[in-house]
Amino acid sequence: MTKVSMTVNGKAVSAEIEPRTLLVQFLRDHLRLTGTHVGCDTSQCGACMVHVDGRAVKSCTTLAVTVDGSHVTTIEGLAKGDKLHPMQEAFREHHGLQCGFCTPGMIMSAVDIVNRKGHNLDEATIRHELEGNICRCTGYHNIVKAIADGAKHMASTPAE
Amino acid sequence: MTATGIGAPVRRKEDFRFITGKGRYVDDINRPGQAYAYFLRSPHAHATINKIDTSAALKEPGVVAILTGDDVAADKVGGLICGWMIHNKDGSPMKGGAHPALAHGKVRYVGDHVAVVIAETLAQARDASEKIEVDYGVLPAAASIESARKAGAAAIHDVAPDNQVYDWHIGDKAAADAAFAQAKHVTKLDIVNNRLVPNPMEPRAAVGDYDMGSDSFTLYTTSQNPHVARLVLSAFIGIAPENKLRVIAPDVGGGFGSKIFIYAEETICVWAAKKVGRPVKWTSDRTEAFLSDAHGRDHVTHAEMALGDNGKILGLRVKTRANMGAYLSTFASSVPTYLYAPLLSGQYNIPAIYAEVEAVYTNTAPVDAYRGAGRPEATFVIERLAEVAARELHMDPAEFRRRNFVTQFPHQTPVIMAYDAGDYDASLTLAQKMHDTAGFLARKAASAANGKLRGIGYSAYIEACGIAPSAAVGSLGAGVGLWESAEVRVNPVGTVEILTGSHSHGQGHETTFAQLVSSRLGIPLENVSIVHGDTDKVQMGMGTYGSRSGAVGMSAIVKALDKIEAKAKKVAAHVLEAAEGDIEFKDGKFTVKGTDKSADFGTVALNAYIAHKFNGQELEPGLKESAFWDPTNFTFPAGVHICELEIDPATGVIKIDRWTAVDDFGNVINPMIVEGQVHGGIAQGVGQALLEGAVYDESGQLLTASFMDYTMPRADDLPSYNVGMTVTPCPSNPLGIKGCGEAGAIASPPAVINAITNALGHENITMPATPEKVWRAAQSAVRKQAAE
Repeated sequence: MTKVSMTVNGKAVSAEIEPRTLLVQFLRDHLRLTGTHVGCDTSQCGACMVHVDGRAVKSCTTLAVTVDGSHVTTIEGLAKGDKLHPMQEAFREHHGLQCGFCTPGMIMSAVDIVNRKGHNLDEATIRHELEGNICRCTGYHNIVKAIADGAKHMASTPAE
Repeated sequence: MTATGIGAPVRRKEDFRFITGKGRYVDDINRPGQAYAYFLRSPHAHATINKIDTSAALKEPGVVAILTGDDVAADKVGGLICGWMIHNKDGSPMKGGAHPALAHGKVRYVGDHVAVVIAETLAQARDASEKIEVDYGVLPAAASIESARKAGAAAIHDVAPDNQVYDWHIGDKAAADAAFAQAKHVTKLDIVNNRLVPNPMEPRAAVGDYDMGSDSFTLYTTSQNPHVARLVLSAFIGIAPENKLRVIAPDVGGGFGSKIFIYAEETICVWAAKKVGRPVKWTSDRTEAFLSDAHGRDHVTHAEMALGDNGKILGLRVKTRANMGAYLSTFASSVPTYLYAPLLSGQYNIPAIYAEVEAVYTNTAPVDAYRGAGRPEATFVIERLAEVAARELHMDPAEFRRRNFVTQFPHQTPVIMAYDAGDYDASLTLAQKMHDTAGFLARKAASAANGKLRGIGYSAYIEACGIAPSAAVGSLGAGVGLWESAEVRVNPVGTVEILTGSHSHGQGHETTFAQLVSSRLGIPLENVSIVHGDTDKVQMGMGTYGSRSGAVGMSAIVKALDKIEAKAKKVAAHVLEAAEGDIEFKDGKFTVKGTDKSADFGTVALNAYIAHKFNGQELEPGLKESAFWDPTNFTFPAGVHICELEIDPATGVIKIDRWTAVDDFGNVINPMIVEGQVHGGIAQGVGQALLEGAVYDESGQLLTASFMDYTMPRADDLPSYNVGMTVTPCPSNPLGIKGCGEAGAIASPPAVINAITNALGHENITMPATPEKVWRAAQSAVRKQAAE
């Protein structure tokens, strides 16, 4: 067993874990933060996307011990109290989700895309940048619209 | 129309929990003291199991139990079932092989369930499984229809020595042959409808729990129809009587058909929970999903269309072979028969149709319903034939379709279905206008100037939804009735709970069903809650598939609301001191005809429960009603999709440039949600046409068992869609709804292939039309052009 400590959604956490524990297992099984999902076992689908020190990371292929000391943000940490993040609002407003399973990863990726590419995102850029996230329900049409609109609204909101 | 009423694009009530990570899926559920299950799966496609030695594995850390097919047999756990009986041409029944939840004596596909290891942690269970020694006697495997039906092929089930499940037919052979004898032209096509893996983003999962005190079980499972799961687990598999078995399907992350079925894993988890005295949890990983979720499609078809003067279709002859996989899954037998051939008439007036279907066992994963289930296969046959026939007759493909459209309703086809309402020309005309088909030739010339090949393809689909009238499907072999149930519980303060047998796994029922109730009772949307997915709360239901939740599930709610209104009027008559016949109800208010006396819905609800103003012996207190709705017909959504794409002949890469969809779903409750369903369906159909295909090698190994090997459509593979609607209300249900869940997946594959073949100038392309195939096809087209 190995001790791991990190800050998750602003709270300091530490635990004794098996060294092979993945970050997603640590979040879901140890911290019961079940908003981060596992949709595949090959780092392809992006349902497990979280932010580690401000950068998007697939938590299904990250060992928890390797992010020791880091700041981790999950979907549960995106809203500020009752106030939704603009990207969360945009997904709801544009019907960017159906079954909701890929949605946390999509939203975490979307925020990361805006952080890297700015607030004026064209359709081609969004589609290209979504390479690491799979949705089986929406056909992406409304996800693309949601991200473009969420990006604009993030411009008028303080950064994450 | 109000802001939240029927027809309004209301934002979804369920979204808040999903966008904040508060959804509750099966894998999010943990029971105190739970152990974890890991399934040891067969590495062989076909083998006898001579011996399973678990002694070393049992000594591994954390192991609670290891169970095999012998334990399942010793406990007399019933086998998994196929609930639809198909009869052969000669009237004899199909050959259904036994399907034990853990393999007994033999494995029949790679991924078949050999043993389950239950341990303190999943990692320990997985580690211990590697210590199980299985002595297999490897048998010759048949991974394809051809190899399974070859003379001398090893029998997969003893009951089917030649691996044929059934040999079925429909229609009038003599009439079809007569039509072909008169034909001026015959169009012939050989078609492969590729095998797909449904891949909802949430993998299947199950948590089985047993309470010794009450001798009762609870199963949390990723199901589209928890009541059907309970029925099968009780009545056929024999886990427990229905009153001792609660099945809960909480938030479910997509299904597309693959979560209709009752699988080995949930059966084992709930059975094992009692055996080991602890809750047992299993969550599929993605590779297990590829190996063991029921796959879709996998047909090989030869089809012929007889044509008379002026491009009139005279008849159709279709011969299909369907790969059923190694076992018959829950509804597998119905898919290539009654969900397929009755749709072969398409939107067309075809006087004579004859179809034959041979279903075959192979050493592959079971094949069952996947989004559209049979109807995409039928649509692909008829819409490819229509397009090719038009080309062979040098007719405009839209004009060819127009000449053959059914225009009089009701219309009885030669293959069971009685189309009740539609205006196919209206959809085609609107689609052409929205698409600007008139500008196609100019766009094609512009593409050619850039060295690109541009093509356009139509698909005029029809499907049968609102599944289905119980007596009708019973006469065709279904083991169940396909009605739906609803219960309306009005609380004393006037809020309402709707209990429905439909199940939402992305469709947005919590919003659309609430819109219906809010409109009807004139109460705010937030005062309506939708309860589903729990057999202890909802008495009975048939679940969600076949685009049935609106047409059948909501019709049951309407019927229950009718009863609520009738009862509430009786109460209102006492409250308002008027005759019952003088009470009117509108916009949430009860009024007395010809007076200004009124009472709102909440007041009447409260009085129904207080029961001070009427005699409780003459009028029962309370306000709660339930209803079952059994449809009188299928519903017939139909529409036209147009795909326009550009091929780069140097690379074979296809870019879909524009997509127009015009659908007639009858009346629409929430256009935002309906359009979302269309988008998602198109994406899955484009996936089938361009990207997806499950591939087994000759020995039965699945070569496409991960997202690294099986190409899922991603954002960059797809265009934005131009979606329009026409409306002819459905006459067979009170809301006039036809259903929208499957249309996109049904309509789109032939539109794509018709566009590709239009661009290439020949028909030799199979799905998935990968860049390699398209490049080869483009090169031969270029060579042919040069030779001419």
